[in-house]
Amino acid sequence: MRTSLVVLALAGALALSTAATPALAQTRTDVKVGLVLEPPSLDPTAEAAAAVDEVVYANVFEGLTRFAPDGSIVPGLAHSWEISEDGLTYTFHLREGVTFHDGTTMDAEDVKFSLERIGAEGSLNAQKALYAAIASVEAVDPLTVRITLSKPDGNLVYNLAWGDAVIVAPESAAANGTNPIGTGPFTFKQRRPGDSIELARNPNYWGTPAALESATFRYIADPTAALAALQAGDVDTFPNFPAPETVGVFESDPRFRVVVGTTQGETILAMNNGKPPLDNIKVREAIAHAIDRQAVIDGAMFGFGVPIGTFWPPTHPDYVDLTSLSKYDPERSKALLAEAGVSNPKLTLHLPPAPYARRGGEIIAEQLRAVGIDVQVINVEWAQWLSPEVFRPAPCPGAVGEGDKPPAYDGSCPASFSYDLTIVSHTEPNDIGIFARDDYYFNYHSDAFKQVIADLAVTADPAKRSELLKAAQTQLANDFVAGFLFELPKVGVENAKLMGMWENAPTQATDLTAVHWAQ
Amino acid sequence: MSESGFARRDHVLRAAFTSRSFVIGTAITAVFVVAALLSFVWTPYGASVQDIPNKLRPPSALHWLGTDHFGRDTFSMVMVGARTSIAVALIAVGLGVAVGTPLGLAAAARRGGLLDELIMRSNDLVFAFPALLIAILITAVFGPGAVNAIIAIGIFNIPVFARLSRGAALSLWQREFVMAARVSGKGALRISFEHILPNIMNTLIVQATIQFSLGILAEAALAYVGLGTQPPTPSWGKMLADAQTMITLAPHVALVPGLAIVLTVLGVNLMGDGLRDVFDPQLRRSRG
Amino acid sequence: MLPFLLNRLAALLLSLLVASVVIFLVLEVVPGDPASFMLGLNATPESAAALRDALGLDGPPLQRYLNWLFGFFRGDLGISYTYKVPVADLVADRIWLSLPLAIYALTLSTLIAFPVGIIAAARRGSAADVSIMGLTQLGVAVPNFWFAMLLVLLFSVTLRWFSAGGFPGWSDPLLALKALTLPAIALALPQASILARVMRSALLDTLTEDYVRSARAKGLTQRQTLWRHALRNALIPVLTIIGLQFSFLLAGAIIIEQVFFLPGLGRLVFQGITQRDLIVVKSVVMILVFAVIVVTFVVDMTYALVDPRLRRHGG
Repeated sequence: MRTSLVVLALAGALALSTAATPALAQTRTDVKVGLVLEPPSLDPTAEAAAAVDEVVYANVFEGLTRFAPDGSIVPGLAHSWEISEDGLTYTFHLREGVTFHDGTTMDAEDVKFSLERIGAEGSLNAQKALYAAIASVEAVDPLTVRITLSKPDGNLVYNLAWGDAVIVAPESAAANGTNPIGTGPFTFKQRRPGDSIELARNPNYWGTPAALESATFRYIADPTAALAALQAGDVDTFPNFPAPETVGVFESDPRFRVVVGTTQGETILAMNNGKPPLDNIKVREAIAHAIDRQAVIDGAMFGFGVPIGTFWPPTHPDYVDLTSLSKYDPERSKALLAEAGVSNPKLTLHLPPAPYARRGGEIIAEQLRAVGIDVQVINVEWAQWLSPEVFRPAPCPGAVGEGDKPPAYDGSCPASFSYDLTIVSHTEPNDIGIFARDDYYFNYHSDAFKQVIADLAVTADPAKRSELLKAAQTQLANDFVAGFLFELPKVGVENAKLMGMWENAPTQATDLTAVHWAQ
Repeated sequence: MSESGFARRDHVLRAAFTSRSFVIGTAITAVFVVAALLSFVWTPYGASVQDIPNKLRPPSALHWLGTDHFGRDTFSMVMVGARTSIAVALIAVGLGVAVGTPLGLAAAARRGGLLDELIMRSNDLVFAFPALLIAILITAVFGPGAVNAIIAIGIFNIPVFARLSRGAALSLWQREFVMAARVSGKGALRISFEHILPNIMNTLIVQATIQFSLGILAEAALAYVGLGTQPPTPSWGKMLADAQTMITLAPHVALVPGLAIVLTVLGVNLMGDGLRDVFDPQLRRSRG
Repeated sequence: MLPFLLNRLAALLLSLLVASVVIFLVLEVVPGDPASFMLGLNATPESAAALRDALGLDGPPLQRYLNWLFGFFRGDLGISYTYKVPVADLVADRIWLSLPLAIYALTLSTLIAFPVGIIAAARRGSAADVSIMGLTQLGVAVPNFWFAMLLVLLFSVTLRWFSAGGFPGWSDPLLALKALTLPAIALALPQASILARVMRSALLDTLTEDYVRSARAKGLTQRQTLWRHALRNALIPVLTIIGLQFSFLLAGAIIIEQVFFLPGLGRLVFQGITQRDLIVVKSVVMILVFAVIVVTFVVDMTYALVDPRLRRHGG
């Protein structure tokens, strides 16, 4: 084999000029999708949400409810549901004739299994907390499921649409990480770790079958390579194109279409509210006024991105524009720092590898230095960022084990965080509630805010919910909990003949159900 | 092989300047060294001063080498970047010489002894590690930054100088003037430093130029993958990494730092070649 | 010869053992928790703890080291934390990129370096020699990742002759080779420059040896001498360098694989480092070190066979 490879190499080098991609005459039935982050495994119920959902959500796996392209919640495997008066009992009616890719029937027992599995002992589900209110799940008959809650949860139907609550079968659930078996319009075909994942059309799909026969997800983390891969036709679409600076190249090329949509990603300069000098609201306010949002958006995102003044997407009807509370005013920053009695504070700024964070961080560091804050930039990998270095609480004294073991959560040891500043985009939808979490890295312990979020969870009336959401946004902005930067844009670049991709990203997904090629 | 290189320093210098390689190489290197030194007191703009509305401007009278994606002055950044590159490579080579040479001399002095065996074995071991991979591992484990980059690069210089000085010293131990010194009762330590070291200096210097240029390339590679010098300190490798996606919009941002690396390495290599010609006339014919 | 061989073999095993300890210890202190990484932003600490437990991340270091070492020599490299597939499968998959890429680059480098080095030696001092030596100086000075960027700009973005990266697999060997061409060129250029210089100086060295002089005295032309005698003898140092370059290319393609997003061993390690998939990093670094040590050993042996004097000195 080795010697023949050398021969092949020589032959190949000579034949290169003649080797060209054959042109396709008829309408294509395949699509090659470029993605930046490769999912570690393919089980959305046991993995970090984003990268897994970008492949399997709505394509391979489906939940009782699902996100529509506009962000609304529509029926999924359940065609309808009823909620009891007290808000404690939900009855879901399942669709008939749904089968898993291995041929087994999807029924109420599978739903019971899937939902109970989330909260079970040793569950690896990343969003456990979202489903904590579920007390029991009962299979009334093969097509009816009754969910009983321990306390009312106004978000349940919404949360069940997340990829973390998709319906899996007991027979195949354990192997979903490497061989996902769901009910969706596409079946998993093969994966080449580090390179690509292939899906094929599910001929037995319960709904309208997909127009595409096959789909390939290719992983291209490098922005230059992403640019070149699109231009060379190696991929047909890049739903989240990683290099906004080169979008101009595609805008002027008729072969491509640039789609700028919205996401649920609030990009923030997170501050450790519990650590001096950041525990002083004046210092946080000073930082907020030192940031020139427009410069950050222009410099880091090449103009893409909508400024935000609080932790809520501007596309949402309940959004309150609070950007003026933290407008760019370096003089005010200096005055506030002086008022707080803090001169030349030294702060660290941890930057994860996302381009918005690395570039945005370099700009913000320079802006903070301009008002006299000595910022030390520390670039970290995601794995480090997610460790006690930034995101996880430090271990409690006396905790067993080494360095980054999480503390024992028995209430005796308050979570402590050591970072000062960091930049990250929180892309989960509807996630303002993270500011109410005591173990969360913001270290923001406000009883008033917790109360608003608790009220929200048990409120079903739309007008009251809207009021509460606005109150929550306003409080975060008034407390200067974080530097609110911009809503992450969804900059997609696609072949001009490719139709049916989502324009916006109400959740992280690459729904290929309706994707097809124009003649 | 000459054993009086030490005494002929003036002569050597004069000879050096008749070597074309040496003159060209030294001139190029000098430009970057001067730029690096000058950057301590003067750059056209602050190397980290951003001017985002004026980003990615091509070279002009205002910005001689244009501006980068944050509107920073490329010329100023290249000047400060020279400082970073030269400092990292120089200290890494210094580390190699300072640790490697005594080890090599000691191994040669006690040839075949336990120390010799140990030193040569551990050298083999370091050689066996894929250098760049380990440098990436070290900086990833102990944190990115200039100091760890220096250590990661410097570690691989140690066996180079240990092996080289051991080899060169071994042959010298057979020579009459060393024998004479031994007969007169001088200890191995004294002989190594008084008689051996001065005579292997030329070889070490030539090797140091090679390792220096390799150090520049290694620092650039580490900075390129984000593990070298950290912002806001400019470094050429980081500039290239930043420029990668801008190359179609503003080619100068990718060309300028790349050319700076090529020219510096070229200059140092030519200088080393010239020095070798002068130090070792025998090799002159086969300069290669 | 046998004692020498045994001595070197013992040294080889010792090197491997020490290398395994060093790799294990270094990776023990890597900051960052693989479990947290795998679960993402909104995971509860309980989920992370459950995952750490499931992955076997906690336990006495010595036991984990021995498990890893014995597994390694049985070919069982463990299960990748992130991909959930056996590391051995990942390695087996990727070696079919890294190995052909190294061979391709080495072939290109040799194909360029041999004629170039020979011409330079044959026409020593001529304009051709001077310009070749100048170009090789330049080749040595160019960082290969920058060269790769320029290749992408020219051949992928502007001319669109090659794709900018990625690897389609070996199902179509021509497409696969096409995908490896730009990376191989980027890797080969500095190697070819070094090799050409070694070739030239090795030839010039042998040309001054007595037997070559006597061949000249017997009336052979310079060109005949070069081909009949000098080239054969110059091959020894050249082959040594090729051996070293091969192990360098196998392990050193890491950045080029990054630029062209090729799923090779180097990229596997790099991803492993950033995702804290330490079991992958450990095993792949160990395999690469293993490869380098074995290649060095083979080169040593070849040397000893050719030059018996070395046997006494131990390389």
